[in-house]
Amino acid sequence: MSLDPTYLDYPRRGYGQDMDRYDWALAKDRAPVRLASGAQVAAMIVVACEHHVIDPKKSPFAHPHGMVTPFPDLRHFTSRDYGNRVGVFRILEALRARGLTATFALSSALLERAAPLVDAILNDGHEIAAAGLHGDAIHHSGLSEDEERAMIGQVHEAFAAAGLEPTAWLSPARQQSFNTPDLLTEAGFTRVLDWESDSVPLNLRTANGPLAALPLFNELEDFKLLVERKQDEALWTRQILEAKDFLKSEHASRGASVLGFQLTPFVAGQPFRISALEALLDGFAGDEAVWCAGAGDIIGAFEAASP
Amino acid sequence: MTADPNLYDYNPYSGRPKIEWPGGKKLAFWIAPNIEFYEFDPPKNPKRPGWPRPAPDVTGYSQRDYGNRVGHWRLMEMMDRHGLRGLVSLNVAMCDHCPEIIEACAARGWEFFSHGVYNTRFSYEMDEAQERAVLADSIATVEAATGQRIRGYLAPALTHTTRTLDLIAEHDFWYTCDLFQDDQPQPVKTKTGKLVSMPYSLEVNDVITYGQLAMDPWRYADVLKRQFDQLLKEGEASGTVMCIPLHAYLVSQPHRLRAFETALAHITGHSGDVWFATAQEIAGHFREHFWDVVQDDLDEKGLNTGGTAFDAWAAS
Repeated sequence: MSLDPTYLDYPRRGYGQDMDRYDWALAKDRAPVRLASGAQVAAMIVVACEHHVIDPKKSPFAHPHGMVTPFPDLRHFTSRDYGNRVGVFRILEALRARGLTATFALSSALLERAAPLVDAILNDGHEIAAAGLHGDAIHHSGLSEDEERAMIGQVHEAFAAAGLEPTAWLSPARQQSFNTPDLLTEAGFTRVLDWESDSVPLNLRTANGPLAALPLFNELEDFKLLVERKQDEALWTRQILEAKDFLKSEHASRGASVLGFQLTPFVAGQPFRISALEALLDGFAGDEAVWCAGAGDIIGAFEAASP
Repeated sequence: MTADPNLYDYNPYSGRPKIEWPGGKKLAFWIAPNIEFYEFDPPKNPKRPGWPRPAPDVTGYSQRDYGNRVGHWRLMEMMDRHGLRGLVSLNVAMCDHCPEIIEACAARGWEFFSHGVYNTRFSYEMDEAQERAVLADSIATVEAATGQRIRGYLAPALTHTTRTLDLIAEHDFWYTCDLFQDDQPQPVKTKTGKLVSMPYSLEVNDVITYGQLAMDPWRYADVLKRQFDQLLKEGEASGTVMCIPLHAYLVSQPHRLRAFETALAHITGHSGDVWFATAQEIAGHFREHFWDVVQDDLDEKGLNTGGTAFDAWAAS
């Protein structure tokens, strides 16, 4: 038994990245970003309101938050839906009480179904981002370019029909195809939350101009820590606050950075987790070095400050 | 896009009409001991094996049996000490296998709802007549054993068909424990009847907390206290429901029960604000006083989308 000889060909072996979306550049070598406001850490809280359909195709894989048991999985459908009708309002209240601004990434499937949620998010001054059609509409390289273009087009149309024009995009399950960045800019999106390559906004090269990637740390996601890794609430919030304090400690030498983390309403919005979430948000609201803002404002501030 | 199963209307948690519990209580609290029978050698369901391992799964079977022989009695005595009644989620074959348990619960004024015949007989692939037979069996078996007409349903092992909700509504069940979308009772969109989704607090079910989330006994107690504190606080604006779904084979293990009791003591220490009830009482109160209030509010807000559960599936 042996592999095809081409298996040991290395056509992209050379200095820097093995793809063309962005160039190799070391964080330590760039001029530190000094935000005009003096903020040391830009906290990007992403509240991911995804609709998880009850009859998913699970192609090419199941969304980690989606259905688990055979159809009809009332258990997971309704416990996910809990997040978007009950839990998310606890998160909104906790943010409002502290004057914090976040980015709410919504499946387009929710726009009509949960219209009062959209109103509540906008009334509180948060940014809305697009999170694809629904949790099971996964973008992947098994789709043709036209299929994926149609999916993104449907999302864009649904938001437009709701009077919204989000500029930021979060892919379902944070999965992309090789074409996704090009198709996103073709549809007018200019920011993306799937790539976490750098600690400051990073422009991806696309066929239609730049797509700014903002780091959303997958290892700080509530579902991953609390559900998949079975950590407790104190450990979950301690790690996020530790990240904040560490980034502050780097500010003098490395400049301002972005701390992105995801709250998932059916996880963070549980009654028994709200006190932990409130303590976490107190840690952000009470820290003058930290600025909580929507993705668009964060990009704007970094662009304005870039040398 | 995939159709919405249309189980209920979207109802945002903020700005709801105020639900009031009897005596001005803020939170309706109920305990659901699951009293279950898992067969030693169950028949195969095409969608799910009876046990994760090939039968006989001796460890799994015997731990559940420990729950019935030892654990249930510990839990029941502890609830007696705190003056709490259970609303039993019952595999109705328990009435045949272990009648002493059923008699002891009934003698205390506990109530029952059906959790299917066995926890190893799943609803997947049942035809309508078979599903009706399970419901008729449930009603008749509990009635014969206790004289009670059951009004609630939690599908065995949380396995369903698209007909389940309509069938239980048709059999004059008042509530389902299978829907986890809310912390308040809510109307379910069935073809007939007034079926209420009863909060069953799956996230604090001991199967989820000890098993899936790997909580230690003391953390589980802490989670229950925090769950209670938050829902009690919110119950000021509009009455909330908290359930603790339990399994004696888990919570009544010798390393767990004392930590759990601290949570019960915390909750019973707030008796001035808490309606200690059964789901049947909560569902009855909601149906009588708040079903129309919630429906009218949904209508006013333009959130009533019409239709019934799974109608898009029936049409296709």
